[in-house]
Amino acid sequence: MSTAVVSDTWYMTQRQFMAFLRQPAYLIITLIQPVIWLFLFGALFRKVATIPGFGSGSYLDYLVPGVIVMSAVSSNMWAGMGTLEEIERGTLNRFLITPVRRSALMNANVVMQSLTTAFQSVVIVLLGWIGGAHYPGGAPGLIVLIVASSVLGTIFGAFSNALGMLVRERESIIGINTFLLLPLTFLSSAFMATTLMPHWMQVVARFNPVNWALEAGRSAMSAHADWWSVLSHGGWLVLLSAAAVWLSMRTFRSYQKSV
Amino acid sequence: MNTETRTTPRGVVPDPGVPDATDAAVHAVDLVKTYHPKGGGRAQPEGVRALDGLSISVEPGSVFGLLGPNGAGKSTTVKILTTLAAADSGSATVAGYDVAREPDQVRRAIGVVAQRSGADPVATGRDNLVLQGRLYGMRGVQLTRRIDELLARFELADAAGRQVKTYSGGMLRRLDVAIGLVHRPRVLFLDEPTTGLDPEARTAMWEEIERLAGAEGLTILLTTHYLEEADKLAARLAIVDRGRVVVQGTPDELKGELRGDALAVELSGPAADELRVVGALGSVDGVRDITLAGRRVAARADDGAAAVPAVLAALDRIGLGVAAVTVSRPSLDDVYLRYAGRSFSSAHSSAPEGANR
Repeated sequence: MSTAVVSDTWYMTQRQFMAFLRQPAYLIITLIQPVIWLFLFGALFRKVATIPGFGSGSYLDYLVPGVIVMSAVSSNMWAGMGTLEEIERGTLNRFLITPVRRSALMNANVVMQSLTTAFQSVVIVLLGWIGGAHYPGGAPGLIVLIVASSVLGTIFGAFSNALGMLVRERESIIGINTFLLLPLTFLSSAFMATTLMPHWMQVVARFNPVNWALEAGRSAMSAHADWWSVLSHGGWLVLLSAAAVWLSMRTFRSYQKSV
Repeated sequence: MNTETRTTPRGVVPDPGVPDATDAAVHAVDLVKTYHPKGGGRAQPEGVRALDGLSISVEPGSVFGLLGPNGAGKSTTVKILTTLAAADSGSATVAGYDVAREPDQVRRAIGVVAQRSGADPVATGRDNLVLQGRLYGMRGVQLTRRIDELLARFELADAAGRQVKTYSGGMLRRLDVAIGLVHRPRVLFLDEPTTGLDPEARTAMWEEIERLAGAEGLTILLTTHYLEEADKLAARLAIVDRGRVVVQGTPDELKGELRGDALAVELSGPAADELRVVGALGSVDGVRDITLAGRRVAARADDGAAAVPAVLAALDRIGLGVAAVTVSRPSLDDVYLRYAGRSFSSAHSSAPEGANR
């Protein structure tokens, strides 16, 4: 990568980051929502941990990765709305008229998505810790969880951007997102151990990227980390994110042709 | 107006008169662009032809106006000349660089104020300018100084630290122009810069455009659907209709093409006989195209003001009193009517959608 791409990426990321900071309402919501989930689901499903075969001592310990991953999905799947707004407002075209490196525009999205997701994940880890959650895997386990959720965030961010550029309709993004969020979350080990799921759900969960992030994170966070599971699930995540970013680059190029 | 003046005399349409490409700041030849709008696949399998062989040439340091209704192809032309879109065929150079082969050089040489403000509403005015400058490789003190200069000049210094979403329409437009000027472009594209502005802000924008072209020697390509705007600002202009230039020249040349001023006489009483009126006025030198409708007599005259006394005398001789006389130079609306074959306002309402996105 040439230095121009790096500096352009930095400027475009900085712009998005400032926009994020300047919208305190948005910032607060991205932080409050996981708190609500953490304590709502924590209270609702507390007894789940006592089901024979569940495996975990405290439901809160179990829930923290679930909420982290669900938040990563739910906050990034709206990325396409922002892109759509930039298209409609003419901002994207304004940048395309400048000599800015084209790849920098998309890189900035990826960098921004992973940074905000990592930040959000760290906050949830801290909130869980305040609430009494234990992280037997220590720092390495938490790092794996945060990285996995960031990669997952990138996947959903890139798909959402591609969708925004492709359909150019808010309604489609809203429709698909509300349709996907809960099934994707509940067809994973976010709130319930897969061993206690009906068999067909277990099968579906195996192909669910949300579950890959959870498996990678949980495997690393347990007292006896299963690094093979971390690597294999993490590998699939990285592969899928590469595919998602590639797709968003492709749709970006077709957008440029349609201007 | 009678129907005779509406027919387009094909033989008289002036040659576009495209000068040598090397000394033109903007030079476009035979641009063709077809859009394939989504969902229009079945209704319009061939797509919407936004540009159909458009050619223009702009001399350095001048304001060139592209005038036409919505959907005529103005914005598409700007998109192609600013490297945003690629033409299906034809070629164009801007500041001496080929838009298709040397887009990066073109981008560095041009500034663009698009129809829709591209400013980031959440960022401050200053932030928008800083980012723009950085994308052109400007840094440090040099960039800060340039931005301060622009903020002061566009009277945005006090608002520089405020988020752009708090700006008024006029302020936002001034910021857009400032953004387009940060890197000191040689050619500035203004795509309908005054659409949606109140009259006061519009006048201010006109003054600014005149200043840019005059003292600073910038080449400006201005698109507009306001006849008066093109008339006031453009040294040369091209009237665009359905993706083609129908005529180009200086505003005066184009109006001169109509040969003569419009003369309107309001009679004090109804005229009994049209033939007598036509006969009487026809004897006056340089007066023609005489029509009578009720009390109104309309005619064209080479020099309207000079013809008035003779016209009054001729009407007096046949016993007709005159209540009022008006002489008007032909407007660009008349020019448009003559070359596009329909009036500007009717072209507006019938313009196809989608070509102007």
